[in-house]
Amino acid sequence: MSETAIYREAIRSALIEAIEKDERVFLVGEDVGRYGGSYAVSKGLLKRFGAERIIDAPLSESAFTGAGIGAAINGMRPIVEIMTVNFSLLALDQIMNNAASLFHMSGGQFNVPLVIRMATGGGKQLGAQHSHSLEGWYAHIPGLKILTPATVQDAYDMIALALRDPNPVLIFENALLYNMKGELDRELKAVEIGKALVHRQGKDISIITYGISLFKALEAAKLLSKEGIDADVIDLRSLRPLDDETIMNSVKKTHRVLIVDEGWKSGSISAEIMARINEQAFYELDAPMARVCSEEVPFPYANHLEQAAIPQSEKIVAAAQKVMEEL
Amino acid sequence: MKKSTQLLKKYYKQMLFVRRFEEKCVELYAQEHIRGFLHLYIGQEAIAVGVMDALTPDDSVLTTYRDHGQALVRGVSPNAVMAELYGKLEGCSRGRGGSMHLFDAATRFYGGSAIVGAGLPLAVGIALADKMKKQNNVTVCFFGDGAVAEGEFHESLNLAALWNLPILFVCENNLYGMGTALELSESQTDLVKKAASYKITSSKVDGMRVLDVAKAAKAAVAEIKKGNGPFFLECLAYRFRGHSMFDDELYRDKKEVDEWKKKDPITLFTNELKKMKALEELDLQEIEEEVSSIIDEAVLFAQNGTLEPIEDLKKFIYATEAEDE
Repeated sequence: MSETAIYREAIRSALIEAIEKDERVFLVGEDVGRYGGSYAVSKGLLKRFGAERIIDAPLSESAFTGAGIGAAINGMRPIVEIMTVNFSLLALDQIMNNAASLFHMSGGQFNVPLVIRMATGGGKQLGAQHSHSLEGWYAHIPGLKILTPATVQDAYDMIALALRDPNPVLIFENALLYNMKGELDRELKAVEIGKALVHRQGKDISIITYGISLFKALEAAKLLSKEGIDADVIDLRSLRPLDDETIMNSVKKTHRVLIVDEGWKSGSISAEIMARINEQAFYELDAPMARVCSEEVPFPYANHLEQAAIPQSEKIVAAAQKVMEEL
Repeated sequence: MKKSTQLLKKYYKQMLFVRRFEEKCVELYAQEHIRGFLHLYIGQEAIAVGVMDALTPDDSVLTTYRDHGQALVRGVSPNAVMAELYGKLEGCSRGRGGSMHLFDAATRFYGGSAIVGAGLPLAVGIALADKMKKQNNVTVCFFGDGAVAEGEFHESLNLAALWNLPILFVCENNLYGMGTALELSESQTDLVKKAASYKITSSKVDGMRVLDVAKAAKAAVAEIKKGNGPFFLECLAYRFRGHSMFDDELYRDKKEVDEWKKKDPITLFTNELKKMKALEELDLQEIEEEVSSIIDEAVLFAQNGTLEPIEDLKKFIYATEAEDE
C-alpha cells in the first residue's frame, strides 16, 4: 500500500526494521544516539534499541569505520554513519585499503558485509568542507558498491538492499532530500542494486542523472516538453555497478545524450558514462554528448555563488537545447 | 619428557622455525622466486612465539606487513605461506596477497596489513563483534613502534578503552620506523605512557626473551578475559636485517646491530635452557633437522603449486552470495 513519507523518516523506518529483524545489525557513528543523528535520521533509535545497537562514536572516522569493517568480517552487519562525505575522507584509508580490498587480498576468505551511509551534496551554504559530491570518486574503487537514493522509495529500499549484499555498500544521501516528501510502498519489491530506473519516457534526448539532480532533470524535461523536446530521464540509482544496459537502450532510442551530475567534471562519473557510451553505442549518436556538472570550484558560502556552481534546471534546459540543435 | 620441557622445546622449535624460514626466504628472494616487498622477522621471533602461546583457536590475530612469523606460529600451514610467497593458487591468500598480506580464516588470522596503523581499527571491530556476541575471545593486534605516530593508533586505543573491548595491543618496538629512529619520531618515547593515557593497562617486556614475553602475554590475556578491557604490551626488540630487501641500513650503526645480535632471542633462550638444565633433554640437532625438513617440504609444495589462470583475475572483487530476505 502506498503512502506519503518523508525521505529522512523512510530511512529511519528502514533502519528500525533492519535492527528489529536481525540481531547482527547495529548503527555506529558520530552523534547517532543521544543527538539523534546530525540530520535527525536516527532520532529516537537509542531509546528504542539501547546503547549496544545505537553506538555514539567519538570524532574518529577512521577508527569507527575500520571498526565497522572488523565487526563485519567477524559476523556482524554494521551500519556506519558518517556525517558528511567530506568527513569520510578521514576514513578513506579504511574504506579503500581495507573494506574494498580485503575480500580480494585474502583470496576470497574475508568479504566485508558493511553498509556506510553519509550525507552528500551542496546547496545549503555550508562552504567548501561540507558541500561536495564525491560519490563519483568512490565509484572509481573496485570492491565497493555505490548507491545514490533519490526517491523516498529508494531511501527506504536501499537500506535493506545494502544490508543483504555481502559487500561493502556506500549509500550517499543528498542532504537537501532529507525533508522531501514522496511516495512509499513498503510492500513493493525493491529494485535491485545496479538497476537504473527510467523516470520519464521520452524519444528525443536521454538525460542521465542520479541523486538530487534527478528532480532538476525532471523539471527541465517538463520545460523542454513545452518546446516539443521529449526527454528520457534516467535515475542511475547505483554508480557502481553502472547499469550499462538501461543507458545504452535509452541511447539507442533517443540518439542524443545529456548527463547531469553534481560532481565536478574532470575525471568524473559523468566522464565515465560518456566513455562507456562511446565504447558501446558510438554509432547510435546523432550529436556530441554533453554534460551539466558542478563548476570546478571548492563550493563557496555566498548563496548566489553556490547556486551558480550547482547544476540547475535552466542550465539543463539550455544544454539539452544545444544538443538538440546539432544536426 | 616433562610437560614443562615440552613447552620449552615448542618455544625453541617455533623460534628456530621462523628464523630458518626467513633465511630460506632471503635465498629464494635472491633466486627471484619471491618478489615484491619482503620484510623479515629475524630478531623478533620471541614475540610471536611468546604471545601466540597465550591464545586459543577462537581468539583472533591481526598483524602488519612483517607477518611471516606471526602466521607460522599461529598455525597457518607453512606450505600455504610459502606458496603465497611464490604467488601460487595454493597460497594462504591464493597468491592475491603476497608476503605482506597473509590471511587464514581457519586460524582466525586476519592478515598482514601494509598500511601502518590500519590494522588497529579492524581489531577494534573484531573485538566489538566478539563482545556483542558474548564470546569471551581476545583479539591480538601486532604493530610496530612506527604505528604509534599514526592517528589510527590513538583513535583505536581510545575506542578500545572507551568501549571496554577485549584487545591485546602488542607493540613490537624495534626502535625504527623503517629508517627513522623512535626518538626522531616521538616526543614521548616511553610508549607505555601513551597507552596509559587512554586508561589502558600497560606493561613493557624484553621482547628478546621468549619466556618473559610468554609470561607477560598470558597475564595480559587472563586480565582481558576477565572483562577488564584492553591491554597494551610493549615488547622491546630489534630487527637484525634491513626494513625490507631494499635497505642499505644507512640510518643505523653496524656496531649497534652487532651489540643487539648478542641478544639474539634464540641464543638467549639456549643459555636459559642451559641454566634450567633443560638443554640436555633436548636434541637440538634433531630439532634443526625437523625444522629444515618442514621448510624443504614447503618450498617443494610452493614450487609445484599452480599459477591461477588469468581468467580468474577478477574473482573475489565482489562476494556473490546475497543473504536470504
